[in-house]
Amino acid sequence: MPSLLTPDFGLLFWMLISFLFVFGLLAKFGFPVITRMVSERQDYISRSLREAEETNQQTKALLEDTRQRQDEILKKAVADGEKLIRNAREKAMEETEKQLDAARQQMVFLREKALHEINAQVALLSMDMAEKILHRQLDDKAKEEAFILQMLDEAEQLPK
Amino acid sequence: MQAGARIRIFVWLALALLPASLYAATDDGHHPATDKTPAIGDIISEHTADSYWWHITTINGRHISLYLPVIVRSADAGWMAFSSKRLAHGETYRGFRLADEGAYKGKIVGRRADGTEYRPWDISITRNALSILINSAIMLALFLTAARACRRRPKNAAPNKLACIVEMLVMDIEEEVIRKSIGDDYKRYSSYLLTAFFFIFINNVMGLIPVFPGGANTTGNIAVTLVLAACTLIAVNVFGNREYWKEIFWPDVPTWLKAPIPLMPVIELFGVISKPFALMIRLLANIFAGHTVMLALTCVIFITVKMGVGINVGMTAFSVLMTIFMSVIELLVAYIQAYVFTLLSAVFIGLSRPAHHAVKTKKIHTEKV
Repeated sequence: MPSLLTPDFGLLFWMLISFLFVFGLLAKFGFPVITRMVSERQDYISRSLREAEETNQQTKALLEDTRQRQDEILKKAVADGEKLIRNAREKAMEETEKQLDAARQQMVFLREKALHEINAQVALLSMDMAEKILHRQLDDKAKEEAFILQMLDEAEQLPK
Repeated sequence: MQAGARIRIFVWLALALLPASLYAATDDGHHPATDKTPAIGDIISEHTADSYWWHITTINGRHISLYLPVIVRSADAGWMAFSSKRLAHGETYRGFRLADEGAYKGKIVGRRADGTEYRPWDISITRNALSILINSAIMLALFLTAARACRRRPKNAAPNKLACIVEMLVMDIEEEVIRKSIGDDYKRYSSYLLTAFFFIFINNVMGLIPVFPGGANTTGNIAVTLVLAACTLIAVNVFGNREYWKEIFWPDVPTWLKAPIPLMPVIELFGVISKPFALMIRLLANIFAGHTVMLALTCVIFITVKMGVGINVGMTAFSVLMTIFMSVIELLVAYIQAYVFTLLSAVFIGLSRPAHHAVKTKKIHTEKV
C-alpha cells in the first residue's frame, strides 16, 4: 500500500490545476474587488462623517448668526415701538396744546366779547339809572352834584 | 420544557433501538453478524485514502457508487480514458487492473507484454480530484457572486447578505492576519493568502459533511498540502528581498561559523525548506487524524454488535454522542487549520522582507540606550 506521505501524481496534477485556476480567477475578479469595495466604502463613510461634521459646524454658526440677528431685530422693534409711542404721545400733546391754545384764545375772545356786552349793558343800565335818578332828584342841586361825582368814581373803579 | 423532554426521550429510544434494527438487518441468514469481524483498519483507510470511484451508499446490499473517469498512459497504446467501472471487482481492462497488494495497492497497474507490472502515468479523476474540482467550483461561485454583488452595488447602498458574509470573512483574514503579519505592502500577497485560506477552509468543511459531494479527505492528503506548501515556499522565496538572502548566506554571526565551513548558511537553507514542510505536515496530520477519529468512533457501533445487545446499546449511544462532539471539534479544527496555515504563511512572507540592516541595528542601539 502506498505510504500516507507519498503524493499521488494524478491528484497532484489536478490539485495544482484547480488551485492555480481558482487563484488566478479570484486574484483578478474576486478578492481585490471585495477589498476595494470595502476600502471605497470606508472612504465614503469617513468622508460623509467629515461632511456631516462640517455641516453641523456650519449649521451651528448659522444658528448663532440667526439668533444674533433675531436679537437685533427684536431690539430694533422694541426701540421703534417706543419711538413710535413717544412720537405719538408728543404729537398728541402738541395737538392738545394747540387745541388748548385755541380754546384759551376762544375763551379770551368770548370773555372780552362778554365784557363788551356787559359794559354795554352796564352803560344802558347806568343810563336807565341815571334817567331815573335825574327824574327823581333834579330838585336838589348840591346833592345832584355829589351823586354824579360818586357815580363817576364808581364807574371808573369798574373793570373794563 | 415538556416538549423538550419528550424529544429527548424519543432520541434516546431511537438510539437504543438502532442496534436492534441492525440485528434485524444482519440476522437474515445471509450475512450473520457473528462470523463477520469488521476490519476497522481497512474501513478507515478506505475512507481516508483516495479511490477511483465514489461510494455513495449501500441500500439492501447494493452498492451505489459514482464511477469516475480513469485517465492513464499505457506503455504501448498511449493515453486512454475509460470508466473505473471496468476495473471494479478486480477486473482487468486493456491490461490495467487495480493492484491487490504491494507498493501500489489500490492503484492502477499495467501489465506489459512480457508480463512485468508497472505503474503508468495516471491522471485519473479520483474521488479526491473530483472533490477538489467541486470545492473549487463552490469557492469560485461564492466569491465571484459576492464580488459581482460588490461591483454592481451603488456607492451609497448597503451590500446584500452574501456580500456581507463574504466581506466579513475576507476582511477579518486580511486585516487581522495578512496585514499584521506582512506589513505595508501586504496587498501583493493578500490574494494568494486569501485563496489559500478559503481553499483549505472550504475543503476542510466539505470533508466533514458525510454525504456526497462531501466526505472526501482532500486536505488530509499529502498531494493537496504539498501543492499548498509549495505555493507558500515560492511566495516566500521568489519575492524575498536582498536582506533576506543575505541573512541566509551571510548571517550576522561570528565569521568562523560561516567562512571555511558554511555551517550557518546550511542551517538557514534547511530552514527555508523546513518551514513549508511543517505547514504541509501540520495540515495533513490534523485533518487526517480528525477523519480517522470520527470513523473509528462510528465503527464502535459495528464492533460491539458481537458483544450483546446491552453493551451494544450503551456503546451506540456513546458513539453517537462522541461523534457529534468530534464533529463540532473538527468544525473548529477546520477553521483553525486554515487560519494557522494562512497565518504562518503570512509570517514567513513577512520574515522574507526584513527592513534594511542599518535601520535594524540602529533600532537595537536606540533600544539599548
